[in-house]
Amino acid sequence: MTYPSQPPETGTSRTVITNPWQPLREHTDARIGLGRAGGSLPTAPHLAFQLAHAQARDAVHLALDTEQMMAELESRFDSVVRLHSQAGDRSEYLRRPDLGRQLNNESVEQLTTMNVEQCDLSITVVDGLSARAVHEHAVTLLDHLIPEFEARGWSVGPVALVEQGRVAIGDPVGQALGARMGLVLIGERPGLSSPDSLGVYFTWGPQQGRRDSERNCISNIRPRGQSFDAAAKLVLYLLDEASRRELSGVELKDDSVVDSELGDGNQGNFLLPRDQKS
Amino acid sequence: MGLIITQRTSLCARRWQVSLWSVSVCLVYAESRHHDKTNNDPEAPMSGYHHDIGSKRYRFENLKTLMACATPERSGDQLAGIAATDSETRAAAQLALAEVPLTQFLEEMLVPYEDDEVTRLIVDGHDREAFGRIAHLSVGEFRNYLLSHDVDSDVLAALSPGLTPEMVAAVAKIMRLQDLVLVGRKCRVVTAFRNTIGLEGRLSTRLQPNHPTDHPTGIAASILDGLLYGNGDAVIGINPATDNTGAVVTLLKMLDDIISHYEIPAQSCVLTHVTTAIEAINRGAPTDLVFQSIAGTQAANQGFGIDLALLQEGQDAALSLGRGTVGNNVMYFETGQGSALSANAHHGVDQQTLEARAYAVARRFNPLLVNTVVGFIGPEYLFNGKQITRAGLEDHFCGKLLGVPMGCDVCYTNHAEADQDDMDALLTLLGAAGCNYVMGIPGSDDIMLNYQTTSFHDALYVREVLGLRAAPEFEAWLETMAITDRKGRIIVDQSLPAPFAHALTRAH
Repeated sequence: MTYPSQPPETGTSRTVITNPWQPLREHTDARIGLGRAGGSLPTAPHLAFQLAHAQARDAVHLALDTEQMMAELESRFDSVVRLHSQAGDRSEYLRRPDLGRQLNNESVEQLTTMNVEQCDLSITVVDGLSARAVHEHAVTLLDHLIPEFEARGWSVGPVALVEQGRVAIGDPVGQALGARMGLVLIGERPGLSSPDSLGVYFTWGPQQGRRDSERNCISNIRPRGQSFDAAAKLVLYLLDEASRRELSGVELKDDSVVDSELGDGNQGNFLLPRDQKS
Repeated sequence: MGLIITQRTSLCARRWQVSLWSVSVCLVYAESRHHDKTNNDPEAPMSGYHHDIGSKRYRFENLKTLMACATPERSGDQLAGIAATDSETRAAAQLALAEVPLTQFLEEMLVPYEDDEVTRLIVDGHDREAFGRIAHLSVGEFRNYLLSHDVDSDVLAALSPGLTPEMVAAVAKIMRLQDLVLVGRKCRVVTAFRNTIGLEGRLSTRLQPNHPTDHPTGIAASILDGLLYGNGDAVIGINPATDNTGAVVTLLKMLDDIISHYEIPAQSCVLTHVTTAIEAINRGAPTDLVFQSIAGTQAANQGFGIDLALLQEGQDAALSLGRGTVGNNVMYFETGQGSALSANAHHGVDQQTLEARAYAVARRFNPLLVNTVVGFIGPEYLFNGKQITRAGLEDHFCGKLLGVPMGCDVCYTNHAEADQDDMDALLTLLGAAGCNYVMGIPGSDDIMLNYQTTSFHDALYVREVLGLRAAPEFEAWLETMAITDRKGRIIVDQSLPAPFAHALTRAH
């Protein structure tokens, strides 16, 4: 059987209507100007979305490569310890955030036997919701920070690598190490366009029961987001300020931490003619 | 959405990892008592509620426990340690709940009157006369009543002030999805500001042009995209990257100028904390709607940094500007199951009931828009597509029955067991249920909040398959601008409507 060939009616050029504003994509990561098939998403952007979601899902479920991470950390720090939260696996981790905030008994024991009395800074590297972010960016960020810590003469306690952990797990770690300041590097909840986003949380005087409002956060650290250089500068700003004022969290908030390109709202707002902007 | 944004103590734009501290204490406490409450020992003293299945007697200590056990399975109630421990217990609780007289909800408070201003708002504001026509019914009979043909939009509207959130939540627990759709569709809650939202056969959208750094070009690009895909009649609403008042004022001016320049019959909003909005109004910012995340207990609202008096201040401030042209609904609220638990302010009450109580807060202030952000908080509250779908329909049903103009942020995060298929199903069901509005965002991807919600294209899909249309004033504008045809279908091709073609030349 043969089929009549009839490209004119059904050719791509007719069924997919592209958008002339598609070039605006260079100004934003938002998925604008996708075009349409009827009123629906054309095949190409639909499948691109499916791929992005698959990558984000995989990032959530990817296990932390502890061997590789231990090796990388051990080549940079005198002492590194491998710990685990009370969440047994990823499924429990997702359902029980409370367990992800606490160390399991073995880990508590490990920290106790290390017998560290005090240090200026504890560093806790946590898989969080994206082990991929930790694999790809944690060490790079630390490489930006280590020389600065040394320059300030700060003692860094044993570095903890934690599996199935949430942000607050840095509290019992820092507390056990008698740390003045606690830094947590954690894989953030993956966005569709950012499966590899690293977050840094800073807490003055880490101890069990610290509240979220007592922390400062630097988010979206990745090559296409907040740069390592900028993120490191912010971390150091927070650490320096905290050392001076002996606190962290809401009260440490400063406009230098605000990351906005808004300006007066007119620069680049092409929707309004120049003379109509207020 | 903006639910979490106001919770984040403005430390940084995105702090998802941290929430729900100190739940473990309450978990152990609730679980150890739970066994006592639902034990099936026939020798135990009679108290509370019970249902017999064969030789087994299921007991529930009080109405709060009964409601929690009767709730269809969801991870948030399990996390709180208040969910039914097995399926038969849940079914027994539903059977027992169906026998409870509606009057009991006026006698037995789930959250104490003395401790909670939301309970006081509910009790003191209850319209006994409106309640009169259903005062003789049990929860099970109430379900039958709601489904009956005689009970139409007018009857439900008259009944609304006589309903409490707890009654509405209770009946939702013994309803299937089709019941929630059918009754939701019968309710009609119409609101207006610069256009009219919630009319029969209409589905509006919030155009959500978020950008991680509030870059004006990025925001403008998403607004252009949305308008040319026929979205934005509910509101053009930005989640700002910062809570800085100056930035909020700048964004409000930017949106106002755009709406004026293109003469769009729609309203704008910058979803910032109510105190920031009031400050912006004091600085003369052109504010259409005042936004706030709200929850169903006083303590949870304290976690958001608000109380009823502050919301009243916000409403008064917005009303003082008199900017509405066809109506004066000036408030925009967002809610979501799990917000009270995440603030450790749930009083051992299930999350669906607490969500319904948030609508009692909302209706006090005659909002233009209220939406549940159903899949946003994460899998610890709603684990998968099934739980998100049911919650979205429950919330829409409860809100509408209470007289609230319900929309829904049909959404999910990447750590939930959900995908686009789940969202398509919920969107379609909500369209059938007569939902007032949904979100619209470029390609479903919110690059600022890192979650997926409905896209501009999704709105076109659901309008097409269910024969729904945009708000009438906005629909007329779309037609005048040659964005849609008379059927409401998008006709924008390579040549853009003149004003937008001019705009595009300025972008290059």
